[in-house]
Amino acid sequence: MRVMVFVKATEDSEKGISPTAETAQMFEAMGRYNEELVKAGVMLAGDGLKPSSHGKRIAFDGPGRTVIDGPFAETRELVAGFWLWEVKDMDEAVAWVKRCPNPMPGPSEIEIRPLYEMGDLQEHLTPEAKEIHDRAREKLGGA
Amino acid sequence: MTAGDTHRAIEAVFRIERARLIAGLARIVRNVDLAEELAQDALVIALSEWPRTGVPASPGAWLMTAAKRRAIDAIRRDKMRERKHEEIARELDAEFNGAAEAIEVAMNDDLGDELLGLIFTACHPVLSADARAALTLRVIGGLTTDEIARAFLSSEATIAQRIVRAKKTIGKAALSFEAPHGAERAARLSSVLEVIYLIFNEGYAATAGDDLVRPSLCLEAQRLGRMLAGLTSEDAPENAEVFGLLALMEIQASRLPARTGPDGAPVPLTSRIAPAGTGC
Repeated sequence: MRVMVFVKATEDSEKGISPTAETAQMFEAMGRYNEELVKAGVMLAGDGLKPSSHGKRIAFDGPGRTVIDGPFAETRELVAGFWLWEVKDMDEAVAWVKRCPNPMPGPSEIEIRPLYEMGDLQEHLTPEAKEIHDRAREKLGGA
Repeated sequence: MTAGDTHRAIEAVFRIERARLIAGLARIVRNVDLAEELAQDALVIALSEWPRTGVPASPGAWLMTAAKRRAIDAIRRDKMRERKHEEIARELDAEFNGAAEAIEVAMNDDLGDELLGLIFTACHPVLSADARAALTLRVIGGLTTDEIARAFLSSEATIAQRIVRAKKTIGKAALSFEAPHGAERAARLSSVLEVIYLIFNEGYAATAGDDLVRPSLCLEAQRLGRMLAGLTSEDAPENAEVFGLLALMEIQASRLPARTGPDGAPVPLTSRIAPAGTGC
């Protein structure tokens, strides 16, 4: 199964990368951790995200579209980084996250979310919707 | 957390460490079967200790140490038994001292190298392609004999026997459990790539059974391919072949969902919508 693993933002991550010895140390530890993930064949993708001050949101309301510039207020709900992993089950994903170095100087949180796979969606889609989804999926080459 | 949750959490940690553990142990005891057994022993010890102590900071090293102690015990036991044969006692003594040292050395070695060594051993050309695939899925992929049997639509007894024979053949050939170097490496790498592609193909175009495709085998092959890519050094010319195979598997697997309908029935080529530019 594939899981998306989110590193939640903190006040520190929202400030951007600070050039401290602690940050350098964290990057080194994270590098080693990523190497482990790669060697285990678990990691499909992963990257860190710039603070939300670099981001934009597009709000939808009926036909209306409004662009909102960052930064965004609710820091704890923001994402600072992500991985995409292929694991056997959630237990394995949890075991991997537990050995991740703390990505932040202070307390932080990492969230694991399994992806919808093919079978999960079948019963919710009308035949027409399914055809469109299949077409899009084929072009993307995902599951 | 209930006792069951703790159990599952420990087993998940063990699954992550298992292949590397077996790889390190196999290099010391020169016996895949015994290495598997020792790794299993380490899990049993962890299951009895970790619920009290919590999962240690370096679970891999902890499990290795526990298994290593078991290995030393086993070697000692063997030595005691063999002592009755006076004529070889002296020789074994020297061997034991050597083995204990080898454990210390192996503990400090790069675990990644050992895993690569085990992959090369499990895919050694002295074994038949089928035997290589079964053994690789067992010791590297961590699949149970039952899972492998279901994947290849064979009986559990057949697969179990295939694995036992493969382990015996490796023992008889006295393989070193090390990744080969130089000219030999290129030839041996083809043997590894062949096994990974065989596993992938069995999933992609199932040769037996009712399922047209078995995506779990494809996933397992892709994972093995990614492992191999992660373990081989980036600048080595051989890496191109590893990435080539990985890319081939990725592009073929990307078409998997299109090949069968929700009911598992094949979708004819003419009814599929080709992604732009691929013509497939």
